[in-house]
Amino acid sequence: MSKVLMKGNEVIAEAAIKAGCRLYFGYPITPQTEISETLAKRMPKIGGLCLQAESEIAAINMVLGAASTGNRVLTSSSSPGLSLKSEGVSYIVGSDLPCVIVNVQRGGPGLGGIQPSQADYFQATKALGHGDMHIIVLAPAHVQEIADITMEAFDLADIYRTPVMILADGALGQMMEPVDFESHKSREIPEKTWACNGHQGGRVHNIVNSLYIQPDELEDIVNERFKRYEYIKEHEVKSEEYLTEDADIVIVSFGITSRIAKTAIDRARSEGIKVGLLRPITVWPFPEKAILKLTETAKAFLSLELNKGQMVDDVKLATQFKRPVEFYGRTGGMLPSVDEVYNKIVEMNKTYGRN
Amino acid sequence: MYKILLAGFGGQGILFAGKQLATAGMKADKNVTWLPSYGPEMRGGTCNCSVIVSDTEIGSPLVDNPNIFLCFNLPSYYKFESKVEKDGIMICDSSLISEKSKRTDIKALYIPATELADKAGLSGKANVVILGYLIKASKMFDYDFFKQLMVDSIKEKKPALAEANEKALVLGYNYEG
Repeated sequence: MSKVLMKGNEVIAEAAIKAGCRLYFGYPITPQTEISETLAKRMPKIGGLCLQAESEIAAINMVLGAASTGNRVLTSSSSPGLSLKSEGVSYIVGSDLPCVIVNVQRGGPGLGGIQPSQADYFQATKALGHGDMHIIVLAPAHVQEIADITMEAFDLADIYRTPVMILADGALGQMMEPVDFESHKSREIPEKTWACNGHQGGRVHNIVNSLYIQPDELEDIVNERFKRYEYIKEHEVKSEEYLTEDADIVIVSFGITSRIAKTAIDRARSEGIKVGLLRPITVWPFPEKAILKLTETAKAFLSLELNKGQMVDDVKLATQFKRPVEFYGRTGGMLPSVDEVYNKIVEMNKTYGRN
Repeated sequence: MYKILLAGFGGQGILFAGKQLATAGMKADKNVTWLPSYGPEMRGGTCNCSVIVSDTEIGSPLVDNPNIFLCFNLPSYYKFESKVEKDGIMICDSSLISEKSKRTDIKALYIPATELADKAGLSGKANVVILGYLIKASKMFDYDFFKQLMVDSIKEKKPALAEANEKALVLGYNYEG
């Protein structure tokens, strides 16, 4: 199939369909409404369901119900909507159900704004719901990667029986780039013996539940889940490195800001400044090992984000405080210009650079 | 690398014009990005659109300093005229923009696109008139390739619109400033 020019949001919808998702529950919110819009057009034609719920809370609980049947389910929202969904997400984790959740982030807190943001990093990676829990969080940086990651997200959700989040932002959702949907290689998915689907008395019925009154029983269940998290940390971490081999300064940045960083890096490199990029593709699990390895060669790190400094904490932990970690960010929906990032690189190079 | 900024009011077809350039870039096997301003701008406020067409991988999709600036209204002229890169091209719709640039380090071009379109019975097609003028001034795409692509993209769904767009493109391409 030849490439087509599509918006990030439309690509999420199309890739979900390609991944076999036929169930979508959501509630409109800028800047991600094209996901619902696309699915509202497409789902009825392919025997799927696109349902606009009465609220985000209703939508996520519909996801909980639909995921119980073992079918692939998608929901999407933007920042304020994710806060509303957080209770439901915790229940889905507690019930060990797979689903894919999209957050096309906008500025916050509160209703905030509608322009691009990465201010929900903490929420996504640390506490999207109450209780001892994590979800896998994937952060695409271009439209083709949105397609690949969306399809991969459904596989990961099924393999590990966990919600998987696609953490994008308003710029990625709204921008168009060429995309093809043929490059994704599906993984082997274990049989869903836990699913609550009709069996006409053919087996003992399955129960989906997140309530465990006996503390020892709940502890065992949480411990089992955390063993899965350890396995995910060992096997599913993904990051991309760009010109890091000889870099004095390594910028750590994900999503749209990593692209601004790349352009600034190219300019600094043309003037002999040794700077590179580490781009987390999974932000949970975080690429700790890749960053720790870079402390052997890099003199300093710069965390570049669309917030007041969130991922920077994970970068510091990953470096084990062996190298200084600085932060640069814009918030409220503002994107840093290439000039701003370049100037920050030049400033850091005076302190840490060899050239 | 073409770093294109299109700016004007919502409703002037800024995003459509940008998409034509991005699509042509893609069909010519270049890397392309198209990044709109979104939100209230789409409903009548100022609207702009960054398009990059490049032989190499594109980092930031945001155009801060365009080397091609298509200007559709006066507020956008005041905002971006000074940001056009040295040796860049600026094309203004002189029907709506009374100012003339004093810069000598850019190629500043003026075309009364809205007036030309209105007189030819092509109201609302000033965006495509400007695209025609851009293709001639920049040679960024082969004229026939670009024209055919634009016509083909809407021919099936809206044949009348495809014809009007073709006329508008020809009008802009043949304009002698």
